[in-house]
Amino acid sequence: MAPLTLSPQIDLQDLQLDDARALLKHDAKEIQQEAEESPTGYLQRVIDGLCEISLKDPLTGLGNRRHLRSILERSIETVARSGESVLLLLLDIDHFKSINDTYGHQAGDQVLQAIANCLADCVRPMDTVVRYGGEEFAVILPHCPPLFGRAVAERIRQTVASLSIPVSPLINVQATISIGGAYAPEWVRSTADLWIERADQQLYRAKSSGRNQVCLDQPRELSVSAEEKGLLFAHIATEEATMIRNLSGDAPLDLQGNATKRVNA
Amino acid sequence: MNDVMSPTAGHPSTAKLPLKPLGKVIAVTSGKGGVGKTFVSANLAAALAKRGHKVLVLDADLGLANLDVVLNLYPKTTLHDVFTGKAKLEDAILPAPGGFSVLLAGSGMVEYSRLTPEVRDEFLRIISSLVPHYDVVLLDTGAGISDVVLFAVSLASEVLMVATPEPTSLTDAYATIKVLVGQQQRQIVRVVVNQASRPGSGLTITNQLQQVLDRFVVTEPDRPIRLIHMGDIPVDPEVRQAIMRRQLLMQTTPGCPAGVAISQLARKLEESVIPKPA
Repeated sequence: MAPLTLSPQIDLQDLQLDDARALLKHDAKEIQQEAEESPTGYLQRVIDGLCEISLKDPLTGLGNRRHLRSILERSIETVARSGESVLLLLLDIDHFKSINDTYGHQAGDQVLQAIANCLADCVRPMDTVVRYGGEEFAVILPHCPPLFGRAVAERIRQTVASLSIPVSPLINVQATISIGGAYAPEWVRSTADLWIERADQQLYRAKSSGRNQVCLDQPRELSVSAEEKGLLFAHIATEEATMIRNLSGDAPLDLQGNATKRVNA
Repeated sequence: MNDVMSPTAGHPSTAKLPLKPLGKVIAVTSGKGGVGKTFVSANLAAALAKRGHKVLVLDADLGLANLDVVLNLYPKTTLHDVFTGKAKLEDAILPAPGGFSVLLAGSGMVEYSRLTPEVRDEFLRIISSLVPHYDVVLLDTGAGISDVVLFAVSLASEVLMVATPEPTSLTDAYATIKVLVGQQQRQIVRVVVNQASRPGSGLTITNQLQQVLDRFVVTEPDRPIRLIHMGDIPVDPEVRQAIMRRQLLMQTTPGCPAGVAISQLARKLEESVIPKPA
């Protein structure tokens, strides 16, 4: 591709790359300029590495709040036009402060990491798990019909509750989580803030009604029973029957489109 | 659900505003998105304008406003500016290509798609100050039964439900009608079937909906639900053409089958709802 402007040769010596290198190294992504690698190629790898860690939570390796926002915004666009069901769950570790106070902050970090790993294992590859902040996580579940949402959230809650997390050679800690969830409003272009706020209200509800439970803001149900549907679509069945009758009444066409002789069966 | 969408429900400051559904306001709504609601609103407005009515279309789909796209209008001043106090109401009303007036939502209106008492009051204030100036106001609402849609519908004296013959559209239209009956004690819902596959198929659909409602929806004995079939808009390649060109069907090819159907719909509304222009 021809450059649009005359591109000056990049002199890596002129750039202050030490901080970037240190950041990447700290995140176990040490990036060294390889033999015969162009400065541009090398810089691109540094930038890609920085972009990657800017979306990650360093303690748990999950996505961070910035990552959450971009996923939410993308989901909102999809939902507005497709009406697909996307569920956002906010999860908060119950009484996390007492874990920190009792066993120390390092134990607290171990609990965060163990729960992060557990959450990542609980969901499908297409789902996103992020650390929202402090002891709070978020999960985004695309293609999640309202009937499944509660089951998924409930499974996550139970799996976390069943964990026994070693925080020192002799001590294992058990923790529970409260979960609040909200669906993106279908056919409507909402905002990430409003969506998070609705999930947060449900999380508050889960917390205030005793913790270790799931509260979901159900999309308003357009409930139509199977019986109603049966009668509602009766005309389609009738139309089809009429069509079939009409078709069989006429002589079927052969491959060339000529009417064939009907043979009495 | 609470009583937020009932037209008479009382936030104290709305008490001085009219409590009855406003006259000559027709809500164009649907159970499901993408059934041609905005297409019907815009072209019906043009057809009514052609018959001599002074028509305003108000983009009440705050979440997913599309009227600007259908009309190919991108004004500087919108309903959003009125809401934020940046513009006067009369400055946000524009002439649309089909000879009617339009008040577009503007992209910022999504902030108002959560129905707070303030949003309700502002909406009510805007609509009640507009109604006296027009023969008919069409509210192009969103789909489904969100708070905003139900509120917008509650402001209208008539509901025009747009449905297509697809099973999902019918199910959602039926569910929405149930909510309108339950929440707003609506007795009459007018149905227009868009993308009808052949003449008469729309009437079959409306009759079917009526049968299911009669059988499954319990109402007070003297308040039955009545669906009125307002017509079919047939599948017509001209519709797609007009939409792609961002033009009104009633301007490009009013004589095509869909255009004729929309003119008939306008005439039928005139016979039953809107007084003939003097």
